[in-house]
Amino acid sequence: MRFLSLEPIRILLYLVGICAFVGANAAYLVLAERKIAGRIQRRPGPNEAGYGGWLQPVADGIKLLVKQVMVPPGTDGLLYRLAPLMVMAPPLICLAVVPFGEDLVARNINVGLLLVFSLGSVNVMALMLGGWASRNKYSVISAARVVSQNVAYEIPMLLVVITMLLATGTLNLNEIIRQQAGWFWHWNILRGIWTLTNPLIPVTFVIFFICMLAETNRAPFDMAEAESELVAGAFTEYGGMGFGVFFMAEYANIVVGCSLATVLFFGGWQSPIGILSGPIWGPLWFLGKMYALIFVVIWIRWTFPRTQFYGLLNLSWKILIPLSLFTLLLSGALITLTKLL
Amino acid sequence: MIVRKESIPPGPSGEAPSETFVLNLGPQHPAAHGVLRVLMTMDGEWITKAEPVIGYIHRMHEKMGENRTWAQFLPNTSRIDYLSAMHYTHAFVGAVERAAKIEVPPRAEYVRVITSELNRIASHMVWWGAMLADLGGLTPFLYAFDDRELILDLLEGICGARLTYCYYRFGGLCNDIDDDFVQGTRAFVKHMPPRLKMYRDLVTDNIILRKRLTGIGPISAEMCRKYGATGPVIRGSGVAYDVRKIEPYSVYPQFDFKIPTYPECDSMARYLVRMDEMEQSLRIIEQALDQLPAGPVMGKVPRVLKLPPGDYCYAVEAARGRFMVRIVSDGKDTPYRVKLRTPSFSNLSLYEEASKGMILPDALAMMGSLDLVIPDIDR
Repeated sequence: MRFLSLEPIRILLYLVGICAFVGANAAYLVLAERKIAGRIQRRPGPNEAGYGGWLQPVADGIKLLVKQVMVPPGTDGLLYRLAPLMVMAPPLICLAVVPFGEDLVARNINVGLLLVFSLGSVNVMALMLGGWASRNKYSVISAARVVSQNVAYEIPMLLVVITMLLATGTLNLNEIIRQQAGWFWHWNILRGIWTLTNPLIPVTFVIFFICMLAETNRAPFDMAEAESELVAGAFTEYGGMGFGVFFMAEYANIVVGCSLATVLFFGGWQSPIGILSGPIWGPLWFLGKMYALIFVVIWIRWTFPRTQFYGLLNLSWKILIPLSLFTLLLSGALITLTKLL
Repeated sequence: MIVRKESIPPGPSGEAPSETFVLNLGPQHPAAHGVLRVLMTMDGEWITKAEPVIGYIHRMHEKMGENRTWAQFLPNTSRIDYLSAMHYTHAFVGAVERAAKIEVPPRAEYVRVITSELNRIASHMVWWGAMLADLGGLTPFLYAFDDRELILDLLEGICGARLTYCYYRFGGLCNDIDDDFVQGTRAFVKHMPPRLKMYRDLVTDNIILRKRLTGIGPISAEMCRKYGATGPVIRGSGVAYDVRKIEPYSVYPQFDFKIPTYPECDSMARYLVRMDEMEQSLRIIEQALDQLPAGPVMGKVPRVLKLPPGDYCYAVEAARGRFMVRIVSDGKDTPYRVKLRTPSFSNLSLYEEASKGMILPDALAMMGSLDLVIPDIDR
């Protein structure tokens, strides 16, 4: 009677839960971003729809939903329609392996980290196809940029992840978090320093964070959108919900990226003070850390100008890749040394 | 669609075939600040030729000058470059005064200098915000407009207009300034230096901004001379050309101020010139307020103004460079010819040569550093 077990229902509930989580986050992170941007720019931000602007995402959603999804003549219709789906699906799947609490994870699989990074690359293809299928010169330039940018930043990102793998020894995200139990200095970002397994671990985190910004195409690395150069880049020809899905996917990708940073460096659902853990506090700690990182992402966007495209590639190839290689080698050497002693 | 030259194997004739495409940038484009259209022939992201197409906001200001009286043309001057309306009015008023030999009371000249320099700061603030927005940093725009707002409030208090002032009249000003304006301007002069320091710390010294502008878009002094580029563009090429010093007008010789120049010729040099100019403008305003004489603000002007036949010129240093009005009179109450020499037009004309071989983001950063106002180009 296996089909009567609770597992399919559990999975279904998680599926609904993740979709709702991503949807709500995409909607309200847009509002949060606009509010934070408003504060940074000394203005109130959206405050008309609902109390303090709380209904703004609903209004935006309705506006986008009732618009006609137009496929401009001359475009590759199939790819044009496929691209928004391809950009939205990977972050949804990635969240299936992210443990929000000790038991709050849809599928606790042993190759969780691998899954996240393999799916993360699909995003690039979606933007490229969307840009290519649009038959717009701005979109094509944007598509070309997206590919070279993501190829450049995938490498330091994966090198950083390998460095973390050396320290943790597992690809299971829940297991990585379990190893960081205790106080905040047991988190990976600080533990490497006092256990001398990787004293450069904060540098590793900075590299990870920069790469995450670049992979999610966020300012100052928003080459794909670059509104003052490429109008709206790959999304120039998209309107209505086609654009809406791209927009939501950007935030979904940020959620995935920041939750991954939380898992790898900030102890996931572990409490920073040793107490107040458990099934209720765990997810709260996780979300708190995740939203703090998302705040930093938003903060950076509204305070820095955009990098130049070749400066961006140079940053990766000339600085980040050598640096991440160095931290990887250093970490490997130190771990071997501590094992020998 | 996009193929880099190097990636294609050479053809039978030995030379690499190249495939270019034309990118129609504008007239509606976020970086065009209006209706500038640039036809860019691109080789990948490299620009092989950028051809500005102008005339989308042509309003026939010069022709309009020919069929209305001298005074009736006056409001037009505020609308040529709406961001430095004071300077433009000053040039036209100055040309007519020079022709009709109208004496301007000293108080009026001092107020003209004060308001012109306030207008220059307001104009540079708009440029600064817009340029940073071009570079993808949207926040400085709001801060720049915050400061500009103070200037607009001051100018609104004395002439009622916030953008197209038309404050100067032949022989003086339309209104005298009041104590509120003097106190407000003094407060503004105190308010601005800490803000400029903040902008320097937060924006000018930002590494991304430095990397985006340093060494980008070189415009040599030679090229400036060839195309007649003036203002911060030529001063960013190391030439201390400023109409306020070279051909002094009004009461500018009374004041002690420097002409900021940077010899680097790049976008950063032009950026720094404008940032320094704001400080110098503050110095001029402060000195002018200290020396402000009492007296009338309107000289004796004939009721029906008829200029003696002849050819008259008056040049001012507008926010974007040398603005010159040339009027030809045949003795009637309307001009025979009004020629407007606008700085943005000359500054844009070097764009085609200067942007050759640049990539798109750099070319747009350079366009931002030229501080183009499209109605000023098309007039």
